[in-house]
Amino acid sequence: MNEMLTARDLLPLLPELLLGGGAMLMLMVGAFSGERSANVVNGWSIVILVVVAGFLLSLPAGKYVLFGGSFVVDDYARFLKFLTLIGSAGALVLSLDYLNAEKQQKFEYGALFLLSTLGMLMLISAGDLIALYLGLELMSLALYVLAASNRDQVKSTEAGLKYFVLGALSSGMLLYGASLIYGFTGTVSFTGIAKATASGANIGLVFGLVFLFVGFCFKISAVPFHMWTPDVYEGSPTPVTAFFAAAPKVAAIAIFVRATIVAFPGITHEWQQIVVFVSIASMVLGSFAAIGQKNIKRLMAYSSIGHMGFALVGLAAGTADGVQGVLVYMAIYVAMTLGTFAVILSMRRDGVLVENISDLAGLSRTHPAMAFFLAMLLFSLAGIPPLAGFFAKFYVFLAAVQAGLYMLAVIGVLASVVGAYYYLMIIKIMYFDEPARAFERMPGLLRLVLGISGVINLLFFAYPAPLLGAATVAAKSLF
Amino acid sequence: MIAALFFYLFAGICVASAFMVIAARNPVHSVLYLILAFVNASGLFVMMGAEFLAMILIVVYVGAVAVLFLFVVMMLDVDFASLKQGVLQYLPIGLLIGGIFLAELVLVVGTWAIVPSVTAAITAPIPTNMPNTEALGLVLYTRYVYFFQAAGLILLVAMVGAIVLTLRHKERVKRQDIPTQNARTPAMSIEVVKVRTGQGLGSNL
Repeated sequence: MNEMLTARDLLPLLPELLLGGGAMLMLMVGAFSGERSANVVNGWSIVILVVVAGFLLSLPAGKYVLFGGSFVVDDYARFLKFLTLIGSAGALVLSLDYLNAEKQQKFEYGALFLLSTLGMLMLISAGDLIALYLGLELMSLALYVLAASNRDQVKSTEAGLKYFVLGALSSGMLLYGASLIYGFTGTVSFTGIAKATASGANIGLVFGLVFLFVGFCFKISAVPFHMWTPDVYEGSPTPVTAFFAAAPKVAAIAIFVRATIVAFPGITHEWQQIVVFVSIASMVLGSFAAIGQKNIKRLMAYSSIGHMGFALVGLAAGTADGVQGVLVYMAIYVAMTLGTFAVILSMRRDGVLVENISDLAGLSRTHPAMAFFLAMLLFSLAGIPPLAGFFAKFYVFLAAVQAGLYMLAVIGVLASVVGAYYYLMIIKIMYFDEPARAFERMPGLLRLVLGISGVINLLFFAYPAPLLGAATVAAKSLF
Repeated sequence: MIAALFFYLFAGICVASAFMVIAARNPVHSVLYLILAFVNASGLFVMMGAEFLAMILIVVYVGAVAVLFLFVVMMLDVDFASLKQGVLQYLPIGLLIGGIFLAELVLVVGTWAIVPSVTAAITAPIPTNMPNTEALGLVLYTRYVYFFQAAGLILLVAMVGAIVLTLRHKERVKRQDIPTQNARTPAMSIEVVKVRTGQGLGSNL
C-alpha cells in the first residue's frame, strides 16, 4: 500500500505509455481533421510502432517488476514485444495500399491497430491473472472491430460478429478458469500460484487450469477451439487477416507460455497432457483440412492452425530449450506470414482483389519474381531445408525429443509431411499450370515487405546467431 | 432493534418489488419496480457497512442501467403480452432452474457457515479500521492504477469501435447548428394562424 511510484520507476512501462499516448494522439488528429487524414494517421501509426520498438530495445537490460507483480519486463517480454511490434507494423504497411484501393480510408484503422498492439504488449508483460485478462480484452476488442471494419460487406460483418460472439464465450471460459484458480490458490499472481501449487494439484485447480487453457487455445486458434479461424480469416479485410495471423498469435502464445511455465511449474504433468493433445490435434487438423481449400485466405487460416500446433510442441517440452524453440518458431512464422500476405494482397485484377488459389496459375510466367518469392515462402512454411521454416520446426522437435516426447515429435514430422502436400500444390499451380491473366503491378510497399520477408527466409541459415542468441536469453529469463 | 426493523423494511420491499418486476402487466411499471428493488438493496448494503457498493448500486444500476431499460422499453414496441403467453408452459423448467440456483446459494452460504476457516484463504486481509470507500481509494490509484488505466483503455476501444461500426455521415440528416439557433428571432419561427372552428389546422398549413 505504501509503494511510491516515481517517474523513473515507470521507465520500463515507457513503450506502453508511448503506444497508448500515440493512439490517443492519432485519434485526436483524425477527429479534428476528418476522414481525409486517414493516410496521414495510418502512416504515423507505423512510425509510432517502429519508434516504440526502438525504445523497447534501448531500455536498460534486466528484469523489472512493476505494480506489485502485475507488470513484468524481462528478456522474454522484450523479445516477444519486439516481435509483436514488427508484426503489427508489417501488417499496417500492408494495409496502406489496400485501404486506398478499396476506398476504405478510416483514421480509426491505425488507432485501433495501435490500441490492439498495446493490449498485446500488456498481455506479454502480464504477471497476474487480472493483467492477463485486461490485456487480452484490450487486444481482442480492437480486433473484433477491425474484423468488421468493412461494414458494408456482409462477409466482413459476419466475420466480426462471429469473432466477437465466440471471443466473448472464450473470455468467459478464461475468466471462469481464472476464478477457480484464484479460489483454490488464494492469489492471482503467477508467482503466488506457483508457490501454492508447488506441492501438487488438487482437482479444482486442474479444472481452473483447463478452462484457462481453453481461453488461450481459442486466442491462438488451436484445435479444438479453431472453428472461428477460417471464417474470420476469409471474411475480414485481407490486411486485417494478415494482422490476425501475425501479431495477436505472438502475444497469445507468449502469455500461454508465460502462464504455464511461471505459474504452474509444480503441476507439469497435468498441463503437459493438455498441451500435447492440443498440439497433435492442431498439427493434424491443420495439415488435413487445408488440402481441400480453394480460397487462399482459408488455406492460410488452416496453415496458421497447423503452425500453432508446431509451436506448442516446444511448450509441451516444458524446458528452456522448448521455450527457445517456440520463440524462434514465432519469429520465423511472423516473417513468413507477412511475406505470404504481401503476395495475397497483390492478387488484384481489374481493381478487384481475387482470393482463389487457381488465380495464381502460371504466376511464374506473368510475375516471375513474385512467384519465386512466394514459392520460397511456401517451401519455408512447409519446412523444407535450408529455408527458415525448417529451422523453426527443427528446434521445437529437438526440444521435444530431448524432453522424451518421441511420440509427439514423430506425429509432428508426419503432419508436416502431409502439410507439405498443399504448399507444394500451390507451387505446382504457379509453375506448371497454364497462365491466368496477369495481376496488376505489385505496389512498392508490398514489394518491400515481400522482399524483406523473402530475404530473411532465404538467408536465415547463413546467419542464425542473432535470433537464436536473443531467443536463448529470452527463454532463460522465464526459468 | 431499530436496525432489525429497517432490515425487514428494506428486505420486505425488495422482495415484494422484485416479485412485481415479473408480475406487473405494464413493462414500464416493471422497470420502475426494478428501480425500487435496487434502492432497497442498496439500503441493505448500507446496513451491512458496504456503503461504497450501495452508492455504486444507485449510481450505476439506477442511474444508468434502469434508465437505459426504461428508454428501451419505451422506444421499442415490444408486445410484452405475447411474450408472456407461454408462462405456464415454461413454469416447470423455470422452477427447476430457480431451484438449482437456490440450492447453489444454500451451498455457498452453508460452506461459509460450516467451515469458517475458508476466509483464511484470503491473502489480502480486509482492513477493519476504515470505511470501505476509503480503503478502496487508498489502493485504486496506487496499487491498482495499472488495472484502472487498462480498463479505461478498454472502454475507449469500445467507444471508438461502436462509432467506427455504426456512425454514418448521411447527407440529409439535420444537425444542430448553434449560431443559426441563436440567430433565430420570433418573427422567423412563429406564425399566427387563425383556426376556423371545426376545421383544425390541416387546411391552413
